[in-house]
Amino acid sequence: MERTTGSIDGNHYETVIIGAGMSGLAAGIRLAYFGKNVLILERHNAAGGLNSFYSFQGRKYDVGLHAMTNFVRSGTKGTPLGKVLRQLRLERESFDLSEQKGSRIIFPGVELQFNNDFELFESEVIRAFPHEKDNFAKLIELIRSFNEVALDNEETSARVEIAKIIKDPLLIDMILLPLMYYGSAQENDMDFSQFVVMFKSLFFEGFARPFEGVRQIIRVLLKRYKELGGQRKMKCGVKQIILDKDQVKALELDNGDTITADKVISSAGLVETLRMCSDHPTTTGNDNIGRISCMETTTVLNKEPSEFGWEDTILFFSDQAKAEYACPKNLVDPRSGVVCLPNNYQYGEGRTLEEGFLRITALANFDKWTQLPEEEYQASKKEWHQVLLDKALHLLGTKTIQDVQPHVITTDIFTPRTIKKYTGHLAGALYGAPHKTRDGRTPIKDLFICGTDQGFLGIVGAMLSGISMANLHILQPSS
Amino acid sequence: MTKEDVKKIVLNIIGEIAPDEDLTQVKSGLRLRDQLELDSMDFLDIVMELRKKYGIEVPEDDYSRLESLDSCGEYLHPKFMQKGVALA
Ligand SMILES: Cc1cc2nc3c(=O)[nH]c(=O)nc-3n(C[C@H](O)[C@H](O)[C@H](O)COP(=O)(O)OP(=O)(O)OC[C@H]3O[C@@H](n4cnc5c(N)ncnc54)[C@H](O)[C@@H]3O)c2cc1C
Repeated sequence: MERTTGSIDGNHYETVIIGAGMSGLAAGIRLAYFGKNVLILERHNAAGGLNSFYSFQGRKYDVGLHAMTNFVRSGTKGTPLGKVLRQLRLERESFDLSEQKGSRIIFPGVELQFNNDFELFESEVIRAFPHEKDNFAKLIELIRSFNEVALDNEETSARVEIAKIIKDPLLIDMILLPLMYYGSAQENDMDFSQFVVMFKSLFFEGFARPFEGVRQIIRVLLKRYKELGGQRKMKCGVKQIILDKDQVKALELDNGDTITADKVISSAGLVETLRMCSDHPTTTGNDNIGRISCMETTTVLNKEPSEFGWEDTILFFSDQAKAEYACPKNLVDPRSGVVCLPNNYQYGEGRTLEEGFLRITALANFDKWTQLPEEEYQASKKEWHQVLLDKALHLLGTKTIQDVQPHVITTDIFTPRTIKKYTGHLAGALYGAPHKTRDGRTPIKDLFICGTDQGFLGIVGAMLSGISMANLHILQPSS
Repeated sequence: MTKEDVKKIVLNIIGEIAPDEDLTQVKSGLRLRDQLELDSMDFLDIVMELRKKYGIEVPEDDYSRLESLDSCGEYLHPKFMQKGVALA
């Protein structure tokens, strides 16, 4: 049956998208391109969601972006980055991507290097784990032949599946740690499809970064959306999704206005979205709230990291052979984490970032951070910043903090509280709900989920998610 | 408008969707999928562009009729004629 199209008294849209993060913007571009009357509603004043940027004391910081995963060189086809560019009709050059220099996974007594050529990682695994050579080859074969993006894959434990092939628990943990850090909403494990998505995006594909950081990507997406006639309202959150039986009737906004829409795509999270629905109790989905949250500290330096002898792009580390990726008992668990040096990309002649950046991420406990009174909150931020900085310097081979301290211009720190504030994710959950809705459906007709809780993660993944959901639920069914 | 014109239209659409593909060697009797890196998302886009640009509808059950340029010509030509699409 033909649904109403076009705008009725200025307040009706064919599709409303909740959230101007990577997935919402990509979905919006698809719909606007095909002439749909589409509106993006965003609670904050800045677009980008988890992957955004902010200015503080005249300095621009990236949130999120360490490394854009899924990087492939021009000419490599059939991978997520290429799909995203095609689907959004964007030129690859517009993202201005530069490749990483090289990264490492560091465990007690053993490390594995990798870069954007898979051969390096492969040879490193064979060097460090010669007894696993054949098994590793088998795992690679399984990963290559697996269709990780099928929307109807059953959820299974990656740990269990990998252990059927790889016997050395240390190698299993060394492979899993970076993939969990860059995309697992589950503690100490991940869904096998998600594992394959992440493995391909880090090791088969690779890391890149726009010279200007994430704002380059956001700028390109916003421009594309605008030139296609897409509409967007910032500082305009959705308070309630008003239902009529099991169908969306209208959206009530934070400012009290209402808007009607034929269909709604939400990037606000699965549980978060269901709780917005007028007839859903506030306890909906209590068993599907993510527990993985983090803190990140950024140290700004007046020198390039390479001047300190730090050449890595990203370091994934664990102090223990059995790596811990779970909600910590204390405020922060410094035993594992990620160190990122955004200066260490191959930006090319004459392109160096104005300042040096050292970013460190470790898992953090949302409840603990939110229970702190303001004064203690500020003090704890400082305290943990120092702990993580010491840790990173040690990993990077710098003996004393005195070598670095005089070069520190400023620092900035975000905590699980910040994540909740800027993304609305319950419990500051970094990667959303542990159990995803891969086909984007909800119990409510005409209400769909895209982004983090659909299950494609990362910058490229989130864009692909928005595109896939727009295709599947809005563009395709009209035939 | 001839079937050849229809094939050209389809090829132009593919050029827009997948600017990174070399279309100069495409053989019209062979499956597009076997010659180019096109996935189901790209085929959906061919359908979407036909609708957007020419108002031509291809129901999902008929997607397989778009597998080669020749079959596109056969299948789409009557639709173009019916629409009376004039070539610029
Ligand atoms: C610390 C950190 C580091 C990361 N590092 C990387 C990295 O280096 N590389 C990489 O590729 N990926 C990285 N990611 C992952 C990546 O950020 C996410 O996968 C991706 O950005 C998710 O996009 P999204 O659109 O699904 O959701 P989000 O970015 O969460 O967007 C959702 C949007 O919806 C808005 N919203 C929520 N509720 C409402 C409401 N009620 N009304 C209106 N608007 C609402 C929010 O404000 C937000 O803007 C990182 C994530 C984090 C947290």
